[in-house]
Amino acid sequence: MSFEWQVITNNFSFLMGGLLTTFQLAIIAISGGLALGILVGMARLSSIKPIYYPATLFVNLMRTQPLILVIFWFYFLIPIVLGNPIDAFTSAAIAFIIFEASYFAEIIRAGIQSISKGQVEAAYSTGFTYWQAMRYFIIPQALKNMLPSLITQGVVVFQDTSLAYVIGLREFLRSANVVDAREMRSVELYLFVGFVYFMICFSMSRICKRMELKKGAA
Amino acid sequence: MLNYDFKWSILWEEPYGGWILEGVATTLKLGALCCLFSFILGVIIGTLRITNYKPLRIFAEAYTEFFRDIPLLVQLFFWYFAVPSLMPETMRVWVYQEIPNFEFWVVVVGLSLYSSSRMAEQIRAGINSISPDQFNAALSTGFSHYQAYRYVIIPLAVRLVIPPLTTETLTVFKNTALAMTVGVLETTFMSQQVEAYTFHGLEATTAACVIYMIITLIVVGTMNWIEKMLAVPGLIIRKGANS
Repeated sequence: MSFEWQVITNNFSFLMGGLLTTFQLAIIAISGGLALGILVGMARLSSIKPIYYPATLFVNLMRTQPLILVIFWFYFLIPIVLGNPIDAFTSAAIAFIIFEASYFAEIIRAGIQSISKGQVEAAYSTGFTYWQAMRYFIIPQALKNMLPSLITQGVVVFQDTSLAYVIGLREFLRSANVVDAREMRSVELYLFVGFVYFMICFSMSRICKRMELKKGAA
Repeated sequence: MLNYDFKWSILWEEPYGGWILEGVATTLKLGALCCLFSFILGVIIGTLRITNYKPLRIFAEAYTEFFRDIPLLVQLFFWYFAVPSLMPETMRVWVYQEIPNFEFWVVVVGLSLYSSSRMAEQIRAGINSISPDQFNAALSTGFSHYQAYRYVIIPLAVRLVIPPLTTETLTVFKNTALAMTVGVLETTFMSQQVEAYTFHGLEATTAACVIYMIITLIVVGTMNWIEKMLAVPGLIIRKGANS
């Protein structure tokens, strides 16, 4: 068979619209997931049982589930709770924030644990409260220590956004799928989608590797 | 709010309950096959990544990067939609007509290749954590490079990587849910089919969630059992443990 790459150029703006949605969803999922993940990660280290157990249950429960199922679950649950239907993007965003929070939480927890006890005690002895110590001492350092893992997880989230396909969100993969249904050029379209994803994720993981090397050298 | 009529009984009503059970059987079969193939491929690729022969090492590195940096769903679509249209006409017809369960095997191929790149990374880390003394000792007893890997390094590495491989095995089972997008009738697909017939999506999806939870417990249990079976008594191997 012969390749017809015009299918990409002819539908370029449509495909890029999909890619934009993918980026929007990824940014919301990463920032929301990280924010919630910090709270859950702190709760996972709490000495207060009513905080520790629900957080641990949440993390362990989420990690047993396929993301695709969580996306479906929120897609059905949210309209029931709100009483009116919502769009696929909002539903996917909520599912992603909650799901990815459980993965970010474990990274944050490891980050907090990597900070020496002396730092925490020093913060307390200068009169900081728990929240102040967390806010100004511990969390910033934990984030810095865990930056390579956080970026790796960010890349995973970026790839995961393609799963929003299943509830009909027109992200990058779905838009290629829509074009394919009309033009019947699967090879060119999926090669293109794969290539774009690869370039983005590969360059991110390169940056990440360089950071790790730098950290090792320091 | 909550103006919703929960009807959990659909889960054990005919035929919906049966559908979901059929889905579970497919999920288990798919997951087990993909684990097996991706483990074998992962051992090969992981070993190639640390050989002294550069072209093989570069090939293995490219392999891991390639499969890791493209979303699994895109890969599955490529295997399912694009690859058949690359085939000659007669072969395509043969593939569609003669292979029973074509989409099932597409997922076995796609998911195994994808997971093998992740397994390879764990295997590589495992091999790297074995002290070089082991390798030198094997060579000095007259083993060839191949024999040293085959009889000393890989048996040790496989035991070392069982804990991280447990996580990867779970990931494989979770990723089988993606097979629904190409029409494999596994657990997630069946739960959505129940939704399509009954409009009770929340109950069906929750049931599927519980099923994946149980599968996780079974996988973790099995892996712990394998770990115990394979354990070499008194063996602690750590890089530089004697330095």
